[in-house]
Amino acid sequence: MTKNSPVVEKIKEVAAGVYDKIRKLKQPEMEMPIRSLNNVDYNDKNGYFELLGKTKTRTLTASTIKTFAQTLRMMSLSKDLVNSDDIATKREAYYVSKNWGEARFKEQPESDAVMDDIEAMMAVNREQIGFIPEEKGGAVAGELIVIDKDQDTGKNLEIDCTKFGSGAYSVPSSVEHLKFKTKAKFVLAIETSGMFERLNKHKYWRKSNCILVAMGGVPTRACRRFIRKLADEMNIPVYVFTDGDFYGYFNIYRTLKVGSGNAAHINEYFCVPQAEFIGITPQDIIDYKLPTHPLKEVDVKRAKDALKNDPFVKHYKEWQKAAEQQIKMKARAEQQALAKHGLNFVIDKYLPDKLKNKKTWLP
Amino acid sequence: MTQKSAEELAKKQREISIAEFFEKNRHLLGFDNPRRALLTAIKEAVDNALDACEEAGIMPEINVELIQLSEDRFRIIVEDNGPGIIKKQLPNIFAKLLYGSKFHKLSATRGQQGIGISAAVLYGQLTTGKPATVISKTGPDNKANRIKIKIDTQTNKPQILEEKEEEWEGKDHGTRIEIDMEGSYMKGRQSVDEYIKETAIVNPHTTIIYTNPEANQIIFPRAVEELPPEPKEIQPHPYGVELGRLIKMLEITEAKTLQQFLTSEFVRVGAGTAKEICENSSLLPKTKPKQISREMAENLYKGIQKTKIIAPPTDCISPIGSEDLEKGLRKEINAEFYCSTTRPASVYRGNPFVIEAALAFGGDQAADSSVRIMRFANRVPLLYLQGACAITNSIQNTSWRSYGLQQSKNSLPVGPCTIVVHMTSVWVPFTSESKEALAHYNEIIKEIKLALQECGRKLASYVNKKRRIGEEAKKRSYIEKYIPHVADALKEIMELDDNKKKDIEDNLYEILEHTRGELEEIGIDNPDYDPELANIGREEKPKKEEQEREEKVNSKKEEKQTKLA
Repeated sequence: MTKNSPVVEKIKEVAAGVYDKIRKLKQPEMEMPIRSLNNVDYNDKNGYFELLGKTKTRTLTASTIKTFAQTLRMMSLSKDLVNSDDIATKREAYYVSKNWGEARFKEQPESDAVMDDIEAMMAVNREQIGFIPEEKGGAVAGELIVIDKDQDTGKNLEIDCTKFGSGAYSVPSSVEHLKFKTKAKFVLAIETSGMFERLNKHKYWRKSNCILVAMGGVPTRACRRFIRKLADEMNIPVYVFTDGDFYGYFNIYRTLKVGSGNAAHINEYFCVPQAEFIGITPQDIIDYKLPTHPLKEVDVKRAKDALKNDPFVKHYKEWQKAAEQQIKMKARAEQQALAKHGLNFVIDKYLPDKLKNKKTWLP
Repeated sequence: MTQKSAEELAKKQREISIAEFFEKNRHLLGFDNPRRALLTAIKEAVDNALDACEEAGIMPEINVELIQLSEDRFRIIVEDNGPGIIKKQLPNIFAKLLYGSKFHKLSATRGQQGIGISAAVLYGQLTTGKPATVISKTGPDNKANRIKIKIDTQTNKPQILEEKEEEWEGKDHGTRIEIDMEGSYMKGRQSVDEYIKETAIVNPHTTIIYTNPEANQIIFPRAVEELPPEPKEIQPHPYGVELGRLIKMLEITEAKTLQQFLTSEFVRVGAGTAKEICENSSLLPKTKPKQISREMAENLYKGIQKTKIIAPPTDCISPIGSEDLEKGLRKEINAEFYCSTTRPASVYRGNPFVIEAALAFGGDQAADSSVRIMRFANRVPLLYLQGACAITNSIQNTSWRSYGLQQSKNSLPVGPCTIVVHMTSVWVPFTSESKEALAHYNEIIKEIKLALQECGRKLASYVNKKRRIGEEAKKRSYIEKYIPHVADALKEIMELDDNKKKDIEDNLYEILEHTRGELEEIGIDNPDYDPELANIGREEKPKKEEQEREEKVNSKKEEKQTKLA
């Protein structure tokens, strides 16, 4: 057998701790970081959510034994995967659990949560413990050449992102091995595929010499990592364009920029601190007289919650002001609302205007 | 239609004797069908026997015998060791309706009106044509008197057919009555057997020897060697007296003045209160009672209601006691949990009363049917008219869901449970002369509900405990379910062998057992349970249909009887 990887060593260490307690007739425990916004802090210097170090201890009791058993079984599966250099998707791991009799998972969210726990406990990235997501990393179009490796020959493979026509390059789930070539001036990360399609169809990337990335809602880890690598390695800025609502601000933009509370131990790599928010801001809704939808109660709740608990929002006065302004307006606007002034208003007027005037951005 | 003159009509107008009235309205007294008639007759005789013994301070020993003479004809024999009855009174007590010692006084005895036993004699006479036989002996040195009597239904006077003195060997004193009557003997919740058993349960100071028509003799030996405290007789409380009764009392009183009448005939009325009543009635305290007119009496009645009078004394009633009540219930029902309570005395319409309740939960009882109710009034089991009784009503209107029983709105709770309610009072208000259902007085219902709630709270804590233990057991099985998985996973990760895996499992059992403590055991733990006793009165075929059919037949008979009447 080959020498164990650090992950396998760590898994064995945790298991040995549990085994040791059991041998001494003591209640076994597993310690892992708490995965929530309460356990992260934001500071400007690093530019991402940092783990505060609060941990939870899962002691073996009547109410925890099922999860306890599942966590150990999942660790065992992870060990096998790493040792045999194999991978399993999150969905596959869920199906593997069906062999565990009473300890099987009923629904995939249960197995995902256990997986996230192990990932946090091992303080590694999910891929390192052998699990990969099924999710797509986002769509890319524009002045960029991605250098990938051919799976069979191992030769470099150059992918020109201007040559997908009305389609786009799809970010793979693992991006660490990718390299880039580009002369673009910036990356534009867009919330909706609809807006991405419009900009791509009219070759906006050529007009303004940029790279378009469609995040399709909250950006996946791969998408965040892709943009981060691209921005770091090519040294270009990242601008974010979302709907004018709290979901766009605090779920999509914030997660892209500083990471999430859920997997804070890896935020360092899965965030884009240099990202800047160009729209749609609450002020844009007024300035561009955009048609709006009324804020729902859950929207307001989300905003108030963010104002109170999100370390990122608490750090930036500008965001607090914007959030309060929007709560007062009781309205939100979608990216597509710009179409009120003509279908290509966004290309001809809105984006050029916004990019020129940094004062209208939010940090 | 031809008109009739008042004179013609007058020919048909005449006095109705009480005996005649009974003959046509026997259902009012509990003789509406052969089965119930048999029970009522025995019940009246036993009530009298117990009252007589207790009044004389004798530990009761009652002998009840039921002999089947033909398919629908029975002889009932009830014999006691009471003080006996003097010769002169024998005919009146047994063969004159509304003759008795208990109607005019207020004390917690079983009998009240002086109808019961004469009605039984009358019923026997109506259905068989035969007289009743009574033997009574008042002391070891006296001879016994034996009489055969009937009731003259026209005049409501005893008719003595035979009368003689005789020796009664082996008996110092006591009374024995034999009545032949039409009847029907069946087991079940409304049977003679059940009545005798329940009587024994709530009268633990009594020995009952019962021989049923199958010639099985059952002895219920006394469990307590002490008579219950003698029920004290009290005078009526002013609040409890109705206008008619007040007028009657004014007529027969020996008092010279109204004030004297009030202080001497009523409880809790002193000179001060009497004066206050007079003032409130606009009557002079010196008015002669005989001179008080109906209008004045009505003023007096209203004056009494206006005056604040302290509640009557409550030491005149002696409840069974929650402990003895529970003990009796333990004999009858094999359950997991028992509780009981005796309420402090309370007052309705000037009559003091006490409510007691007991409850048995779980065990052998059926969980999917309505709870069983056992009702008692002054230590007498109430077997009929459950639906019309204030006790049933109170149980229905108590919210049992919070106490762990199922219940749909305003109906009896469902669950493995028996509820016992006993009311003791100097005057138990029944809905009818058959004395099977308590009347719905708010004060009584309130007290019953309070007693039920007290028991209910205890029940709830038991039911919750039971549920907790159940959940704990479930949790443990849950733990045990996952222990092998913990061991398996550790074995895989650490590449352990099967022995070590086994060690892990064993240790985990020990660890979890240690942290959770011993599992408390619950179940039936009732050494007092007497299965033989519990079986008495149980139907041989406990099929619901049978009972329903029987009830149908009964109600048809009732219909027929009403039509005839």
